[in-house]
Amino acid sequence: MLPLLPVFICLMTAILQCFFWFLPLGKKILHITAAFFLLAAVIWVYYSTLGNHYLILQMGNYPAPFGITFVIDKLSAIMLLVTAFMGLSVALYSLVDRDLIRHSTIFYPTYWFLLAGICGGFSTGDLFNLYVWFEIMLISSFILMTLSDYKIQLDGTLKYVVLNLIATILMLSAIAMLYGITGTLNMAAMSAKLLEINASNLIVSAAALLCLAFAIKAAVFPLFFWLPASYHTTSVSASAIFAAMLTKVGVYALIRVFTLLFIKESYFLHPLMLGAAGLTMLTGVLGAAAQHNLRRILSFHIISQIGYMLMGLAIFTPLAMTATLFFMIHNIIVKTNLFLISGIVRRVKGSFNITRLGGILQNAPFLSFLFFISAFSLAGSPPLSGFWGKLFLLKAAFVQSHFFLAAIALSVSFLTLYSMTKIWHQVFWKAETENGHYGIKPLRLAEKIFMFSPVVLLIILTLYLSFSPQFLFQASNQASIELFNPQNYISAILRSGS
Amino acid sequence: MTILLCWTAGGLVAISVYLMLSRQLMCWLFGIVILTSTVNLVIFIAGRLQTANPPFVPAHLLVPSQPVANPLPQALILTAIVISFGLLAFTLVLVRKVWQGFNTLDSDNLRLAEPVSRGYHGEETH
Repeated sequence: MLPLLPVFICLMTAILQCFFWFLPLGKKILHITAAFFLLAAVIWVYYSTLGNHYLILQMGNYPAPFGITFVIDKLSAIMLLVTAFMGLSVALYSLVDRDLIRHSTIFYPTYWFLLAGICGGFSTGDLFNLYVWFEIMLISSFILMTLSDYKIQLDGTLKYVVLNLIATILMLSAIAMLYGITGTLNMAAMSAKLLEINASNLIVSAAALLCLAFAIKAAVFPLFFWLPASYHTTSVSASAIFAAMLTKVGVYALIRVFTLLFIKESYFLHPLMLGAAGLTMLTGVLGAAAQHNLRRILSFHIISQIGYMLMGLAIFTPLAMTATLFFMIHNIIVKTNLFLISGIVRRVKGSFNITRLGGILQNAPFLSFLFFISAFSLAGSPPLSGFWGKLFLLKAAFVQSHFFLAAIALSVSFLTLYSMTKIWHQVFWKAETENGHYGIKPLRLAEKIFMFSPVVLLIILTLYLSFSPQFLFQASNQASIELFNPQNYISAILRSGS
Repeated sequence: MTILLCWTAGGLVAISVYLMLSRQLMCWLFGIVILTSTVNLVIFIAGRLQTANPPFVPAHLLVPSQPVANPLPQALILTAIVISFGLLAFTLVLVRKVWQGFNTLDSDNLRLAEPVSRGYHGEETH
């Protein structure tokens, strides 16, 4: 039952939240308790996957290629772990989020449905089941995105809905094609079949459709327009959990299909990915340079960093994959933290517009310190976690002589530093402007506790990854070794339960 | 029969792509409606069409004696129909709210989240 535990906790919490519909305090207590339970369960799952174990559960005891398989390998376990940490942080913040005061009744259950979708996506070993979890994630994120009082979020949600609906339809048609080719939906069985079948054109067209769908989800270069149009329009809690997980689920799905299903088609897909990676990095960071809204700058940086993850995936060596996983975990932590900090900045100064902000360094030095660590970790300054991620990625690129891509990655890193310096200067360092508020608005005690505790938790994680990166490096290294030996995964699943 | 259904699916995709390229959101929505139905058809074709018997095995046999229909695509299509119905219902309500809020459904005029003027103070969020 262990592989089902994270999904089960999320779904049960979502249902229980509906029973507490008119009890605000009960909802909040349940919300936090469940977040801690999820974290504990996921740590248990993580430690069960150490060694050479796959956690496999065949639903209804159907033997492997016939039923739905839940399988947790090391990659899934790491992703679940980071999901639980982000779920806890954003859950703490959402208790005092002002945008949600009138909507908390709906926010809490939907938040848990979203986490259920994310955890399900990471745990499933069945392609159609993956589609179902994606849809659960999608409909929950639609609802979370529309929960605030401003007209602007209708516009943002619309753009988000338009592109993501098309992505899921493309994904479903690709799954239909793969099912038509192989006759199975179990990813392990499908992988074994795809290696035997000699119909390269057919598989390439299905692969292209599936990668297109996941690339829209992951906000890859020509397909990212929904992201900067929507993330800055919603509540801070919703944008933080979206920034943390939604695009990374797309990257996770890309990693999964590249290492498991489309191994033979790499001659076609990898050059395409290399180009997309470079362009994603560049457009993201250049888009950010033109913005003056704090959350829009951060949204464009999400795109830019997706490019780094794709770069590791496209280079496709074990070292590059390790670097991608390391970078992805680091990026999830830091990016969530920056969105939460932007929420605190808005709370104390009343705006997201960096030209109207200023003077936070004098008034709130601790907040400035927290931002400083996260921002410069994002940019990749040497002692911090972003540096290690980029170092491994660049090393992988140089070893495979992708010099041009490495040069792009380095220059994008400089531009990221420029962007972070811009925020640091405009929001924190500069004296207060005459059209902004003077001083900072005081926070209530509850707000201080629940706004700062998640940020401090994430800062501690960032510093831990910065000064002791070997834990995560080894974990991602083992995961990447597993990914490069898919035959173990396949035989483990097809053997179990039969 | 399979060939006919394949061409039908292709034609429907062409129609839906044409509709989705429209600037009018209602046209886009109808394009999505057609596309989701077409994908259901594609799943049906992917499961192979058989003019066959229902997938039952007689009590005294281990395998069916005649060719039988594939039951899996029906389950997949049913799931996909339910999911797309939920998503389309949400999208329809969203489009209606947009119409109420902005008094237009022309996507070129919906620029509140991404304003055209890049003035120095032009990007206040709320």
